[in-house]
Amino acid sequence: MNKQTQSGEQKNMQTHKNPHVIPGFGCTLGVVVTMLSLIVLIPLASVLVRSLQISPREFFSLIWKPNVRHAFWTSISCSFLAAVINVVFGLILAWVLVKYEFPGKRILDGFIELPFALPTAVAGITLSKLYSESGLFGRMLARCGIRVAYTKIGLIVALIFVGIPFVVRAVQPVLEKMDSQYEEAACMLGASPKKTFFSVILPELRPALLTGFGLAFARGIGEYGSVIYISGNSAKDRTQVISYVIMQKLSYIDYASATAIALVMLVISFLLLLFVNIVQARQSARTNLL
Amino acid sequence: MNEQEILERGKRRTKYLLITVSVLFITLMLVVPLAAVLVNALSEGWRFYIQAVTTEYVRSALFVTILATVLAVIVNTFFGVCAAWLLTKFSFKGKQVLATLIDIPFSISPVIVGLSYLMTFGRLGWFYPVIRAFNQQFGTDIRITFAVPGVVLATIFVTFPFVSRELVPVLNAQGKDEEEAAALMGAGGFTIFRRITLPQMKWGLIYGIILCTARALGEFGAVNALSKTRGETFTLPLEIDALYMSGTDTSITAAFAVSSILVILAVIILFARNILEHRDQARETKDVR
Repeated sequence: MNKQTQSGEQKNMQTHKNPHVIPGFGCTLGVVVTMLSLIVLIPLASVLVRSLQISPREFFSLIWKPNVRHAFWTSISCSFLAAVINVVFGLILAWVLVKYEFPGKRILDGFIELPFALPTAVAGITLSKLYSESGLFGRMLARCGIRVAYTKIGLIVALIFVGIPFVVRAVQPVLEKMDSQYEEAACMLGASPKKTFFSVILPELRPALLTGFGLAFARGIGEYGSVIYISGNSAKDRTQVISYVIMQKLSYIDYASATAIALVMLVISFLLLLFVNIVQARQSARTNLL
Repeated sequence: MNEQEILERGKRRTKYLLITVSVLFITLMLVVPLAAVLVNALSEGWRFYIQAVTTEYVRSALFVTILATVLAVIVNTFFGVCAAWLLTKFSFKGKQVLATLIDIPFSISPVIVGLSYLMTFGRLGWFYPVIRAFNQQFGTDIRITFAVPGVVLATIFVTFPFVSRELVPVLNAQGKDEEEAAALMGAGGFTIFRRITLPQMKWGLIYGIILCTARALGEFGAVNALSKTRGETFTLPLEIDALYMSGTDTSITAAFAVSSILVILAVIILFARNILEHRDQARETKDVR
């Protein structure tokens, strides 16, 4: 009875009623949205709200302080370099794991994911010890006059460690699916192996390499546990990373600075996520066309 | 020697060169650091090792770590299954946005997670008055930040998308024909899930849980911002940090001893993961045949 008095709009909805054959839409939608909001979105929104309460002038003065600026630069430049190095080694590793057969391949493949499974703090202290002057690598390198621990080189080493699986795991499936026809065709047409690689295979792998690069870069910028021990966190040597500065502000209960820096970091990681998503969307559009 | 032979030889040389580079890279960058944890842990002998891993602090940290991990796995498995069902069985407006929002924890620095919980539940957070009112009303003493609930929440946050991320591709690949047929024949939602979907996604689910466990056990940055009391709210990674930072030789060795617990767990997790993956691959090739 009530239904008849309802507006036409609702009737319209009833004619389209339930496009979902499988039950459980409303229930799962409710659970997912509620949990997502409670655990992820509301806490992040609090950071946003809190940072918007800071006046723009104050905001810029907070994030433009020398040590904050240096920390941003350190985090971004070191993560970028580490991600570039990881793209090179990641490609080699993925190539070896897909194209060649050799004893011990499975073990090698298993080890790639170690940085995902090993807690970051453990990775941090062991790398720091290993590259310090009393450590195995540190002693050897010190003889050549290279200091790794407590410098930016150490920072990059730690970031290579945490970033390598991202690149390998992004490239590996694409390389596996890649049709060997192109390679063979290029070879038949007389291209040298080098030329085949650089003008046939590499362009095909570019989206995957960019995805891996983006993920490793994003992870590196936010990295905390694995870098804070090896970097030495010296403001003078500019080896403080941005996460460390946030943590420092938190322990001084300087919440305004912490949220302002966090907002900038959120924007950076959002942009990187966007970049990765665009690359992936293009890639899937291309593979669907083929 | 003809051209073909030269080419073959060049290819073989590249192959050995690349394999050598890979093995060296993995050994120096990943295997040696892993081994170094164990060597350092035992550098003062077994007796010291046993002592170091059985202190009051370590026992308490182990308890908090296990509690947080178990709760995170339960919550995220429930969420992951719901999210995967929602994202693969239905099409609706805003689905892509929802999928992206679920992936947010992957790309956020753990330190920011800690900060956001401080901003929400901490003294300055907007939720703090609610907790205080609740505590006054019922005479309870519930605290979230700098207490175990905060540690658990932060662990849930950082591992939030792990299970759903593993399930979505598996369920997408299976399609929804079987579920639709079952629904049209009158099966209820839970029956469909239990009889059709669950068997299909069983391995994906286990795999997701393994990854979730690994990440939850090792979470450091987020928890570090939210936990300040050693022996009460510290997790194993925080205890390792505290030992390492005290800086004496024995405490650093103790830090490595405690780390070795997590290293052993990490290796077990890697093994389980690899076995599952190869099982998957073996099944796939069988299906193709």
